[in-house]
Amino acid sequence: MKKSLKERLAILSDAAKYDASCASSGTTKRHSAGLGGLGSTEGSGICHAYAPDGRCISLLKILLTNFCIYDCAYCINRSSSNVERARFTPEEVIWLTLEFYRRNYIEGLFLSSGIIRSSDHTMEEMVRIARELRTTHNFRGYIHLKTIPEASAALIEEAGLYADRLSINIELPTDSGIGRFAPEKKPANIRRAMGELRLKIEDAAEPTLRTKRRRHFVPAGQSTQMIVGADGANDATILGTSARLYGSYGLKRVYYSAFSPIPDASAKLPLVKPPLMREHRLYQADWLYRFYGFEIGEITAVTADGNLDLDLDPKLAWALAHRERFPVDVNRAGKELLLRVPGFGTKTVNAILSSRRFRRIRLEDLGRLGVSLRKVQPFIVAEGWTPSRLLERSDLRDLFAPKPEQLALF
Amino acid sequence: MQTIFLKGCGEFEEWRDAARLLLLNDIEPGAMAWRVAGEGGALSGFAERQALALPAERRAVTVPPAFVDLAETVICHSEPGRFDLLYRLLWRLRGDRHLLQVVSDPDVMAARRLEKSVRRDSHKMKAFVRFKEVASSDPTGRRRSFLAWFEPDHFIVARMAPFFRRRFFDMDWVIATPKGSAAWDGEQLTVSDAPADKPEIRDDADDLWRIYYANIFNPARLKVKAMTAEMPRKYWKNLPEAELIPELIANAEAKVREMAERAASQPPAFHARLQARQAERGADDIVPAGSWEAVREAARACTRCPLHCHATQTVFGEGPKDARVMVVGEQPGDQEDLSGHPFVGPAGRLFDAVLSEIGVKRAALYVTNAVKHFKYEPRGKRRIHQKPNEAEIAQCRWWLKQEVDLIRPRLIVALGATAYFSLTGERRRLSDVRGQMLGMTEGRRLLVTVHPSYLLRLPDPQARQAEDARFREDLLHVLGAAS
Repeated sequence: MKKSLKERLAILSDAAKYDASCASSGTTKRHSAGLGGLGSTEGSGICHAYAPDGRCISLLKILLTNFCIYDCAYCINRSSSNVERARFTPEEVIWLTLEFYRRNYIEGLFLSSGIIRSSDHTMEEMVRIARELRTTHNFRGYIHLKTIPEASAALIEEAGLYADRLSINIELPTDSGIGRFAPEKKPANIRRAMGELRLKIEDAAEPTLRTKRRRHFVPAGQSTQMIVGADGANDATILGTSARLYGSYGLKRVYYSAFSPIPDASAKLPLVKPPLMREHRLYQADWLYRFYGFEIGEITAVTADGNLDLDLDPKLAWALAHRERFPVDVNRAGKELLLRVPGFGTKTVNAILSSRRFRRIRLEDLGRLGVSLRKVQPFIVAEGWTPSRLLERSDLRDLFAPKPEQLALF
Repeated sequence: MQTIFLKGCGEFEEWRDAARLLLLNDIEPGAMAWRVAGEGGALSGFAERQALALPAERRAVTVPPAFVDLAETVICHSEPGRFDLLYRLLWRLRGDRHLLQVVSDPDVMAARRLEKSVRRDSHKMKAFVRFKEVASSDPTGRRRSFLAWFEPDHFIVARMAPFFRRRFFDMDWVIATPKGSAAWDGEQLTVSDAPADKPEIRDDADDLWRIYYANIFNPARLKVKAMTAEMPRKYWKNLPEAELIPELIANAEAKVREMAERAASQPPAFHARLQARQAERGADDIVPAGSWEAVREAARACTRCPLHCHATQTVFGEGPKDARVMVVGEQPGDQEDLSGHPFVGPAGRLFDAVLSEIGVKRAALYVTNAVKHFKYEPRGKRRIHQKPNEAEIAQCRWWLKQEVDLIRPRLIVALGATAYFSLTGERRRLSDVRGQMLGMTEGRRLLVTVHPSYLLRLPDPQARQAEDARFREDLLHVLGAAS
C-alpha cells in the first residue's frame, strides 16, 4: 500500500537530518515585489525554527527518495539498511516547498536524494524540481541542491541556473576513509566535480564582453560536509583537508557533522554519543583559519596528538602555549595581534580600532563592549591596567579549564 | 519644566520634529521631559508641540547619517527612556561629531543596546511570524489569503511590513499584533498602530510542519540551551511546532537507547542484487593495453606518491600522438589542476603567446609535465605552488617515460630544471645547459630553457623584456623540428 504524504514526509525528513548544512545566506538579493511571484532573499539567512538539538531550521531539508544503490556505512539510507523506504514525486516536493514557504515556516528548499538507477537519472529529477519552482511557480526563495559527483556536466550547468547553492559532500577527511566506509564513492570524482564547479562559478562571475553583465550561476557558491568521528582521522587531518578544500575549490563553508548513531547501524561504526564538543572545537578552529589569520598548523600544533583541546577553545589553547606573544596593548597593537587575543572577536576588534582613534581604552570600556574580562585580562594591557605577572603563573590553564567534577559519595 | 508628549508607537518623525525644535531653542536634555500620550491622563502631543516657541531664524540641524539610522531603530524600542537618551545624544553630537564612533561611551553604548534589541526583535519577527490560510478575500478567488498573529517586544510592525510585502507579494495577508498590524492586498500596504486581538484560526498545513519538525530533530544531539538561546520561550505560544518540544526532549534519551540496542539487522534482499550488479560493472570500457589511452587511464588512478590525495586530478599530457616535438613542464598549477588540462593557466597562456609569435601551432606539439599532480600549500582562499621533490619526480618519471616511448618525438623541450632533471636524471644549473641542442638516446634531441612561470615572476620590466626575448630565441629551435 502506498504510504500517505504525511508518512513519507516523516521518513524523508528523518533521512535528511544528518546533513548539517542549513545556511540560506550569501545569495543575490531579490524579491517578488519587483518580479512577481513568491519569495525573497535579502542577504542574511533566516532561521525559522530551532529543534531541541540546537540546530536551526531554515530550509525544508528533505530527500527526494531514500532508496539508494550505494552502501556507505555511516549513512542511514545505505542499501544494506532496513530503514523504511519512500519517495516523493517532484510535484509533491514542489507543493510542500510552496505551502511551507507561504506559511513562513522556511526560507526555501534543500533537496538531496539517494542515488536511484543512475547518477544522471537522480540529478535530472532534482533539477526538474528546481526548474519548475523557478519558472512555473516564480519561486524566488532559496534553493540548495545536493549534487551528485558523477552527474553529467550539462545537468550541473542547469542546476546552477536555478539553485542558489550546490554542494557535494566529501564525507570523510581522507581518501582511505572514503574507500573503507563509502566504497562506491570515488574521492577523485568528488574533487574533480568541485573543481569543475569552481571553474564554472568563476567563469559566470566574469562580466561578458557584450553585455558586461555577470551570469547568474550558483550565487551562494558551493559547500561540503565532513563526518567527524566515524573514521580515526585526528583534528589536524580534518582541518588540513578543510584548508585544502577552501583553497582549492573556493568553498563557502565546510560543515563538520559529529557522527551520530543511526537506526540499524552498520557494525563497522562506533555507536557512541556524537562528539559534539569536538565538532564545536572544529568549527572554532575553522573560524580562526578563515577570519582570524591563523594557520591550521599553528592551531593543531598545541597538542601532541593533533587533536584540539576539548576543555579550552582553540584560540585560548594557542595563547597559553605562546605566552611570549602577550600581553598585547589594546591601545597600540595592530589588528592582526588583537585578533589573536582570547576573548576578542572580530566585532570587538573593530570596535577597539574605531574607539581608540578618539580616546584611550580602559578595561571597563572593554567590559561594556561585552568582552569577558576574566578571559582577556591576563593577555592585554589597557589604560590603567597591566596584568601582574599573570602570564607567568604555571596554573594559568586552571583559571580557564572547566572545574573537575567532584565524584559523588555513594 | 517643559514636557513633550508623543504617541510613542515607533514613529520617528514625531520625535524628530519635537527634538529639532528643542535643539533650535537650546533646551538642555535635563530641562525637559518626554512622555507618551495617554500615560497618566496626559494631554495629546499635538497641543504641547504647538506650545514650543519657534526660533526666530530657521537654522538647519545637521547630524551624521549614522545617527539617523540609529535613532530610527531605537525609537521603535518599548523602553520609556529612549526619547530622552536619543535627545541627549543629539545634544552631545553638536559638540562632538565623532561621538557615535566612541563605542565605549555610556550613552552610545546604551543606544546601541536598544538598537540591537530592536534589530533582534525584527529579525525574530521575520523568522517566527506564522501565516495561517483563511477564506480568500479576493472576489476572483485568484489570490489566497493568510493571517498571522505575532507578539513583538517593540513597535516594529511598520518597520517590518515592507519585508513581508516583498516576500509574500502574490498573496493577501494580515499580520496582527498587540502593537499594531499590517495588511497587504496586492495593491496597498496598510499599517496601523492600533492594538489587535488574537484571532482563533486553524490551518491543516501546521500538521505537516509539525511532522517535519519532529523528524528533522536528532535525539542523539540534545542541546536544549542552544535552542532556547535562539528561540526563546516567549515566542513559543505562537509557534505551531513548539507544542512538540517538551515531548521531543523527554523521549530523546529513550529513542537513542532504542537505536543502540537494536543490533544491525540482515540487509534487505535488494542490497545483494545491487552489490552483484556493482561487481559486474567496471568490466566494460577496456582500452587496448599498451596504448596511449591505456596509459592515460592508468595514470588517472595513480597513487605512486602521496600527491594524489591532495590534488584534484592527474593532469596527463595532451597533443597529437605523432607530434615531433614534446614539451615538458614542471607540474600542473591551480588552473590545470581544476580543469585537468596541461598549460591552461597564466604560464600556459604566456607559452601559447610566444609560440604564436614565432609561428608554431600549439596544437602541433605534445605538451606534458614532469609531475602529473599539483603540489601546493593552502593559504586562505588560494593555493601556493610548491616544488616537487626528487622522490615525487622519480615516481612520476614512470609516466613521462611511457609518454616519450609512445609519442617518439624528435625533439623534447624541457621547460625548467625539474623537467631537465626528470628527463636526464642530472641536476645541473639551468644556465649551463640552456638554449643548447643536447643529444639523447634514439637520435632524439633535447632543448632546455626556462619555465614560462619564471618570466611571470620577474619584477623588473627591463629584465623581463630581455628574458622574454631569450625565451623566444630558445623556442625558435622548435620551428625547425616541428615542421
